[in-house]
Amino acid sequence: MTATETSAAVRQGDAPPVPALRTHGLTRRFGHHLAVDDVSLLVPRGAVYGFLGPNGSGKTTTIRMLLGLLSADDGEVELLGQPMPRALARVLPRVGALIEGPAFHPYLTGAANLRRLDASDATADPATSSARIADALARVGLTAARGKKFRHYSLGMKQRLGLAAALLQPRDLLVLDEPTNGLDPQGTREVRNLIRELASDGTTVLVSSHLLAEIEQVATHVGIMSAGKLLRQGTLAEVLSDGAAVVRIATPDVEKTAALLQQLGLQGVQPDPARQELRARLGDAAPEEVARAVVTAGLRLRGLAVERPDLEDLFVALTGEGFDVLQ
Amino acid sequence: MSSSDVLAPAFVAPTRYRGAFGRLYRSEVRLILGRRRNVAMLVVLSIVPLLIGIAVKVSTPRGGDGPQFLGQITGNGLFLVFTALTVGMPLFLPLVVGVVAGDSVAGEAGLGTLRYLLTVPVTRSRVLIVKTLGVLTFTATAVLVVGLMGILAGGILFGLHDVTLLSGDTVSLGNGLLRTLGVIAYVIVALFGLAAGGLFVSTLTENAIAAMATTVGIAVLSLLLDAVPQLSGLHPYLLTHNWLGFGELLRGQVDTGALLSWSGLHLAYAAVFLSLAWARLSTKDVTG
Ligand SMILES: Nc1ncnc2c1ncn2[C@@H]1O[C@H](COP(=O)(O)OP(=O)(O)OP(=O)(O)O)[C@@H](O)[C@H]1O
Ligand SMILES: [Mg+2]
Repeated sequence: MTATETSAAVRQGDAPPVPALRTHGLTRRFGHHLAVDDVSLLVPRGAVYGFLGPNGSGKTTTIRMLLGLLSADDGEVELLGQPMPRALARVLPRVGALIEGPAFHPYLTGAANLRRLDASDATADPATSSARIADALARVGLTAARGKKFRHYSLGMKQRLGLAAALLQPRDLLVLDEPTNGLDPQGTREVRNLIRELASDGTTVLVSSHLLAEIEQVATHVGIMSAGKLLRQGTLAEVLSDGAAVVRIATPDVEKTAALLQQLGLQGVQPDPARQELRARLGDAAPEEVARAVVTAGLRLRGLAVERPDLEDLFVALTGEGFDVLQ
Repeated sequence: MSSSDVLAPAFVAPTRYRGAFGRLYRSEVRLILGRRRNVAMLVVLSIVPLLIGIAVKVSTPRGGDGPQFLGQITGNGLFLVFTALTVGMPLFLPLVVGVVAGDSVAGEAGLGTLRYLLTVPVTRSRVLIVKTLGVLTFTATAVLVVGLMGILAGGILFGLHDVTLLSGDTVSLGNGLLRTLGVIAYVIVALFGLAAGGLFVSTLTENAIAAMATTVGIAVLSLLLDAVPQLSGLHPYLLTHNWLGFGELLRGQVDTGALLSWSGLHLAYAAVFLSLAWARLSTKDVTG
């Protein structure tokens, strides 16, 4: 090692840690349709990143580009600090993936399908193959069904086998596209626990899902896609805090309180005399200051609550109420 | 230490195990030979020499037409191999090779297993190589099944004797068996051109049935063109034109030059088709 290389190695200690996944300006067209439009994802190491978006918003297309299945029209992908798809052969052994549902050979058993995948992996130790396969099957609760033909698996069993395949080797990054699709409540819970367990072992997880309550329970970070664009990304707390907090005040003195709140500079004041309450966006105001102001003004205060929107409220606010898929 | 190590200190590329490609190849062969449809095709192929042998045995000999070598079978069971290959070449063998070659990539793309193979990862070049070797292995197996069943059935029904060649010379049985091996090898090389065509077609679609039909269609088209006298200038270059050229090995003076040039043509077809397959697979968007 030369002197300059040593100093480079030392300097890297101060540099911010390399994220598990980073894209820059990722873009992909299908004909004239922009399926993925200038998406710059940032998934820090150790994060559980909830990758959200309505149907057709470009999540799976993005994931395909991350893994080198689909070429990008523009932009860059870095997986575990390595450029994709150039470093594909070196990086992907450290990445487990479930992409748009499981796919296996229907006339092979679950275990035989995993043997096929393990035999394909040049970095898998043949000596430990059986043990790792048994372990992966046990982790997803498929031990009893290992000898059944894949064709005869139920929807949830197929999904579990897909997860088992992603867990055949220790991974630095797991990319899971709708892992809970078709799972029963126990299965969904198991997947949640599995993700937590993997994350606590240091595996970074990118998980796309439509089950927002699930994501809210496991994710540390979220990114929200709509019509090919990444609308918002950050830690779960950051993203949730964008949703304007609302203060709800119960009082018989609705009109006077409304005037007071306006004086205090609160926006979007909505008096509701019939229910004897009013709502307003909290903005920068501290709720305790609002309470004190109401009481000091001699108004009768029955109750005061601060409501923050949950992930679903925020998701709908960002991506729209409309049911039709966007083009 | 390279610059990428400096940029990504935490990343350690996992090491490849020795013999990893052999493991992948064996898994591919197991996938092909473990499939009931493919085994059924091999069983049907193995029945062809048996049926011909029995038909010849029970019928009264009569001269005239019929496939090449048919007349010689009663004299020497070894000729059953050549008859069976002559019968199998335009029909059964291309069909069987077309099914497996057409299925090779398209089948996995259709099932969606191709995307999981690629993310294991098996690089695209390795996918093509292992699929090619798998199809070649199956092709060789199919030809060997016909050959071995021919020798077996011919030996039992008519006995194996010294071989009277087409040129009239007689050679020992050992020499005859050696020539039979040469015939089998030639047929495998001849079918390689079609197998490579099937692999290429298979990279174009996710519909395995369509790929199979197209591959068999290539062989049929070539056979049809070969039967049009007006196109005689084209004939020597057709994929199927020299498929029955193995008869050359049954002459006293084997024209090795001709055999080599025909084999060269088959290998040239294979090279062109495999290059096309590579061009396609290496840039293919895997969306299935
Ligand atoms: N191979 C393709 N050819 C043409 N259009 C495509 C192709 N693949 C995807 N698209 C289009 O790209 C858009 C994004 O699709 P994508 O599968 O990425 O959505 P998604 O976010 O994964 O949706 P979902 O939640 O339903 O899985 C869709 O409009 C889809 O029709
Ligand atoms: Mg999707």
